[in-house]
Amino acid sequence: MADIHAETDAPRTGREAAPLAPPTERVGALRWMRANLFNSPLNAVLTVLCAWLLWRTIPPILDWALFDATWQGDSREACAGVSGACWTFVKVRFGQFMFGFYPPDQRWRVVFAFVLLIVAAAPLFVRGFRHKVTLGIGILLVYPLLAFILFHGGAFGLPVVRTPLWGGLFLTLVIAGVGIASSLPIGILLALGRRSEMPVVRLLCIGFIELIRAVPLITVLFMASVMLPLFLPPGVNFDKLLRALIGVALFSSAYMAEVVRGGLQVIPRGQYEAAQALGLNYAKMMALIVLPQALRIVIPGIVNTFIGLFKDTTLVLIIGLFDLLGIVQTALTDAAWLGFALEGYVFAGFGFWIFCFGMSRYSMRLERRFSSGRGY
Amino acid sequence: MSDRDSNDAPIIILRGVHKWFGQFHVLRDLNLDVWKGQKVVVCGPSGSGKSTMIRCINRLEEHQRGHIVVDGIELTGDVRNVDAIRREVGMVFQQFNLFPHLTVLENLILAPTWVRKVPKDEAVATAMELLERVGIPEQAQKYPGQLSGGQQQRVAIARALCMRPVIMLFDEPTSALDPEMIKEVLDVMTELAQQGMTMIVVTHEMGFAKSVADLMVFMDQGEIVEQSPPSEFFVNPRSERTKLFLSQILRH
Repeated sequence: MADIHAETDAPRTGREAAPLAPPTERVGALRWMRANLFNSPLNAVLTVLCAWLLWRTIPPILDWALFDATWQGDSREACAGVSGACWTFVKVRFGQFMFGFYPPDQRWRVVFAFVLLIVAAAPLFVRGFRHKVTLGIGILLVYPLLAFILFHGGAFGLPVVRTPLWGGLFLTLVIAGVGIASSLPIGILLALGRRSEMPVVRLLCIGFIELIRAVPLITVLFMASVMLPLFLPPGVNFDKLLRALIGVALFSSAYMAEVVRGGLQVIPRGQYEAAQALGLNYAKMMALIVLPQALRIVIPGIVNTFIGLFKDTTLVLIIGLFDLLGIVQTALTDAAWLGFALEGYVFAGFGFWIFCFGMSRYSMRLERRFSSGRGY
Repeated sequence: MSDRDSNDAPIIILRGVHKWFGQFHVLRDLNLDVWKGQKVVVCGPSGSGKSTMIRCINRLEEHQRGHIVVDGIELTGDVRNVDAIRREVGMVFQQFNLFPHLTVLENLILAPTWVRKVPKDEAVATAMELLERVGIPEQAQKYPGQLSGGQQQRVAIARALCMRPVIMLFDEPTSALDPEMIKEVLDVMTELAQQGMTMIVVTHEMGFAKSVADLMVFMDQGEIVEQSPPSEFFVNPRSERTKLFLSQILRH
């Protein structure tokens, strides 16, 4: 990008008189710096200031995180006299950060389930693969059941691991995964319902969306965990995690519905008319013509909602579930490891960042691909 | 359909058709018979209800009073009738309305495979044959956004023909085109007319109308003011409004 700017800026800086040379792609480093970093006194001052700030901050951070840090040992004594980060803390607690209180001898089940998902979903990311929609829907229908059997057990000789033991990054991914996988379909239905010509459907959808959107997620989670049992007959007790999952799924669906509606609104009337004139019924018109275009337009908004949802999973701490952040915080209160809050939080932040950044990059890739050659 | 021979009843019948947009009376008492194989050109000043009339024929718009019968099926609120008619009636729009997320070929085979349930190979073969007919088989794998306006409109015609319609409606098919592209679209339409397709064309292209039309329909303020064969229509128009319109449109 910078090179392009150097070229496009050039004609405005008083060299119009010279006959126009064909634009060259390659620009010398020195010329690039002059055109971009030192092209005015103010920019020169800002450049120097920024360089000084970077010099003052980056090396100390690297020293702390890497060069002066230690990974050695398995107790806090290993970190005595170390001026950098004590990653020993993270190393010792790593299993718990990943799996919560899931029994260590059963953790392979979780790993296996995620490997299974990665293998099954891999063709979706291959450009030439022709059955993406079929495979995607297949995964959406089959995988949750498979994953539940693996995670929860109780079938095929797998011992039961009850949900209060689930935790760490594993729990974060379960909640975010369920939220993401359910919010898009439900959100699409809500968005279509909100634009429906049937008043009852429309009012129900508007009511649901506006109610959920106007309430903080914490309230929804509290309602799900504290209030809901009060209304259920005594003896009926359904799982706390399940209640949180339903709360998160409904919450994110309401947001998703509005994102999708934004996409639906920019599809021109002519697209609907052309589809109708060809004899497509409502379902086919939506599934084949309108939604594929609308969803592509709102990819940034969809991914934005996914990322928000992923980070909102940390709020389940409030109802006593230990996601990645929750389990790190719990570990920080361990008397044997007091004083390593920074390491814990940096690790948790890094964990979230990897996933959110991954989603963001993938969305950019999708956008680039869909924008090539299409007429909008 | 069975008790009626298509040769002794018009394929499209409009009887006393009225339509309102809110308080605005857009169509007033339209009566029109179109016979199989007939080419009807509809003209008139903008806002006269031409587009609305042909959009009523495949129920993109609903009429509120009167009867519209297409190929023996009366257009009512019954969804099955509407679906049946839309399968038989192809439509070409002013703005092409191609599906931008699909390639040209995918645009063409979508309705045959999903609505008519034609096997994919067969649909592709038909589509390529039609692209050949409109003169752009080499564009099959491109996206609509990569084509010129004239090419897009020819694809749109081919897309409508893929459904093997018995009637084709054209809603100002050349109004959104640059002048140099109008001819290529009109040529395709002329060829289609020569092959005996029943056509209703809303257009201001009077050259096309003179050479192709069997029946000229002039509309103004929601009414059919005059309908007559082109020989009579252009030479000896009966109403003052038609004369005025023709003098305006044929001046240059």
